[in-house]
Amino acid sequence: MSPSRGRRLGAFVFLSPGLTYLVVLLLVPLVLVLSYTLFQRGRFGGVVYEVTGENFSRLIDPLYLSVVGTSLKIAGLTTLLALLLGYPTAYLIAQLPRKWKTVALVAVVLPFWTNFIIRVYAWIILLNGPGLLNSGLKALGLGPYELLYNQGAIILGLLYSYLPLMVLPLYAAIERLDPQLREASANLGASAFSTFRKVTLPLTVPGVLTGCLFVFVPSFGNFVIPEMLGGGKSVMVGNLIRTEFLQARDWPFGSALTLALVAVLVVLLIAQSWVARRA
Amino acid sequence: MRRSKWLHVPFWATYVFLYAPIVVLVVMSFNSGRSAYTYEGFSLKWYGELAQDERIRDGVVNTLIVAAGSTVVATVLGTLLAVGLARYTRSKTLDALALMPAVLPDLVLAIGLLVFYGMIQLTLGLYSVILAHGVFSMAFVAAVVRTRLSNADTSLEEASRDLGAGPVVTFMKVTLPQLTPGIIAGALLAFTLSLDEFVIAFFTIGNNEQTLPIVIYSMIRFGVTPKINALAAILLLVSFTAVIVGQRMTKIGESRAED
Repeated sequence: MSPSRGRRLGAFVFLSPGLTYLVVLLLVPLVLVLSYTLFQRGRFGGVVYEVTGENFSRLIDPLYLSVVGTSLKIAGLTTLLALLLGYPTAYLIAQLPRKWKTVALVAVVLPFWTNFIIRVYAWIILLNGPGLLNSGLKALGLGPYELLYNQGAIILGLLYSYLPLMVLPLYAAIERLDPQLREASANLGASAFSTFRKVTLPLTVPGVLTGCLFVFVPSFGNFVIPEMLGGGKSVMVGNLIRTEFLQARDWPFGSALTLALVAVLVVLLIAQSWVARRA
Repeated sequence: MRRSKWLHVPFWATYVFLYAPIVVLVVMSFNSGRSAYTYEGFSLKWYGELAQDERIRDGVVNTLIVAAGSTVVATVLGTLLAVGLARYTRSKTLDALALMPAVLPDLVLAIGLLVFYGMIQLTLGLYSVILAHGVFSMAFVAAVVRTRLSNADTSLEEASRDLGAGPVVTFMKVTLPQLTPGIIAGALLAFTLSLDEFVIAFFTIGNNEQTLPIVIYSMIRFGVTPKINALAAILLLVSFTAVIVGQRMTKIGESRAED
């Protein structure tokens, strides 16, 4: 067998099964969703293949724009809180002795490997009317408060679910820092805070950006947590999409919402790589 | 280090935040009362009720079928794809395509597959979930196997080809044995991801079957009972054991590789 024929045979044998699978079950479905945004809904679900711009004009209806705005706000606040909690945690883990470092890291990731629904359920137990937090507050002579079924509960649930995704990239970035840089800064008379602001933080910006993206992306498109902890049916874009597909059966408009979701995330990805390149 | 003492507050806050809900969940699973919120006394009765719940038993069986099926699909296709991408092409586009399911939000993949299955009028069931889980699991298997491939010694493969073996024989006799630890790690990852996956299964399973995460989800919607806590406690135990055993195994594998 000639080498070039062998290479071509190899490429075919190894690449074609997986690529066929990806084309049929990933690319074709995504192109279908994309094309559905242009058509009209059928009377009993499904689509009527008549081109319309209606799905996009509905998108800019203030009602739907406000849902997008709420989703951005909730995902943004979650990301900010995760960063405020995750950065100091990652920073301290990076300074632990080697043996404890592994323990601390595994302990951060461990809850992440348990069932997602179970992790969200735990917060229903904690926050509910007769739940544990209210019992605690009652002992202090406070409450009871309605802690569940509001945006705060959604943010808490998202933070709980995705905090490990913030800590890991931050840890990787901080760990890679040369400790001599910080020592040099301290020796030259910089305070701990200005060493952090002028040396540590700028050098870990790529890790910060990755962590923020890892938390923001699954938060923004989430529908399970807002549904379980948020009460209301259409708080976030994910809830709207779910409703359009499984209940309202307006697949074309649901597709347009999905496209909007992807568009927001793509814009963020581009912004992230732009900032990372400048940093 | 005295100066960074204030950092200890968010550090410990993180761990308390991560583990307090889990502790509460487990403690409440031993509650003798009917309430999932107020602890009345110690009892194992909810674990007993759990064992008799047919819906949960069916959910467990379905979840295992889906996880096993999608792991087989993902491991075979993902391994081949990783070898193909690493050895037979330099295309950045194909690299990106292979990684795409791992980066795409689960809801988007779920919607795409729902629309696609509707278009080809496939009756939804366990196999439609197996095919769906295969998509993202394959991306993870391919990524894990590729890291292993980039560390593997290519001179052996070249020697095999110089001696006249074709790509398939070279793969079976030379590449595959070197890749086995990576393939096992990828398969374990695929299996675990499928066990826990909710969103894609929820959209692609139809009305006749349920995987365990879907059973739990619909149980919660009907109200919370200590039975769900007992189920949660068991699942926590299973996944914690799996992670710690997995961690140990990687360590043993690494120390063997260093020898």
